Amino acid sequence: MRAPLSDLPLILDDVSFRAGGAVILDHVSLSIEPGYPTLLVGPNGAGKSSLLRICMGLARPTGGTVTWGGRPESRPLRRAFVFQRPVMLRRSAAANVAYGLRQAGYPRRLRGSRVQELLDRVGLLDYADRAARSLSGGEQQKLALARALARDPELLFLDEPTANLDPAATRSVEEIILGASHSGIKVVMASHDPGQIRRLAGEVLLLVRGSLCERGTAAEFFDSPSTSEAAAFVRGDFVL
Amino acid sequence: MTEGLSAWQLIASGDAALLAIVRLSLVVSLSAVTCAALVGLPLGASLALTRFPGRTALIVLLNGFMGLPPVVVGLAVFLLLSRSGPLGSFGILFTPPAMIIAQALLVLPIIAALARQTIEDLWREYRDELTAMDVGSVGRIATLLWDSRFSLLTALLAGFGRAIAEVGTVMIVGGNIDGFTRTMTTAIALETSKGDLPLALGLGYILIILILTINAAAWGLRVWSEQRVNG
Repeated sequence: MRAPLSDLPLILDDVSFRAGGAVILDHVSLSIEPGYPTLLVGPNGAGKSSLLRICMGLARPTGGTVTWGGRPESRPLRRAFVFQRPVMLRRSAAANVAYGLRQAGYPRRLRGSRVQELLDRVGLLDYADRAARSLSGGEQQKLALARALARDPELLFLDEPTANLDPAATRSVEEIILGASHSGIKVVMASHDPGQIRRLAGEVLLLVRGSLCERGTAAEFFDSPSTSEAAAFVRGDFVL
Repeated sequence: MTEGLSAWQLIASGDAALLAIVRLSLVVSLSAVTCAALVGLPLGASLALTRFPGRTALIVLLNGFMGLPPVVVGLAVFLLLSRSGPLGSFGILFTPPAMIIAQALLVLPIIAALARQTIEDLWREYRDELTAMDVGSVGRIATLLWDSRFSLLTALLAGFGRAIAEVGTVMIVGGNIDGFTRTMTTAIALETSKGDLPLALGLGYILIILILTINAAAWGLRVWSEQRVNG
């Protein structure tokens, strides 16, 4: 078996995205490199989800180009996506993770023990046999993370994974995300929670009304924001 | 009233002719539903997942065919299988296989149309997640069929209910030959017209009990599955 080619760097060149006459993304250029988590920040409707979907390959830009490791077409073999509201397959928690492993081509005979490892990693070992759809929102999000990690991703996209969770669940989801990042997975995550951005970010991309407004390390973003929008976001004002 | 009483006596005594009729009915209708499911479920799933010109017309046609008149299906299969018909050389007209084919055609649109609706709804929910997991088209169909298995069971039951209760196709294609192609419904029609009401009524009771039992079992399975799988 050939090792899959790397999807990094992921480069967006002058990417625009329109849907139904509305401009969702307006000439965005950026590159995603290996390293600390990249946090995609901005108000609702700024285009964060669309940008993540384009980065994943779930949507095609209506203008500009996307390349993964220099390739314009790349199956999502080593990319994984965790949605804001993850869809649980109508199966047990363990079967959801096993499904992810099977899709990733993980050898059948090793799957059982790998499922246990992954459930353990997200703290759901005791819930293995429960119907996935009967789990709470936080547990479902952790299960979605386990299923995403089953793909052994190089790149992990997360679309506001804690938006609907309470602080305790948010904390454990963040711990899992940081653990994944420390293990070498490049995390790209949308968020509009300043506290969360401070806790997780290596670098911050501020998206306002479909345009990339500011880009910098977390320290630069919070200590010396260079645009009025970033400054307003850091102060906790409304960014419209 | 005496007819009603002797009908139960007939059932209780395990009348051989009666049991043979019940057995044939079950074999024909279950085989027909199985054949229709093998074609109809993947067909419904592919129709749910693909977009092509004429798709809407096909769906409308399929939904309309859910109400096909059994006698017309019987006539069509009769013409196909009769000596001078295109499939006449098989010589299966007035045999159980012909009845299975006819009932399968009758039931196929029901199973395919209900499966299409169920799977399309589930696909709307699963699309992003399965696309992100790079699931190919065969894998998608398999996943959606498996995850909607309990809803699809209802579609199969609807098909079975239609098959076991219809009289038009099996009458035309089977010929209602005593001991060979006589089913519960064709026997009821014949015995009623002959005036042998105990046998007709006995078969009627069995038919209703069968349908109620199967639907009760499906209901139980659904409730159980919702607790276990759907949460």
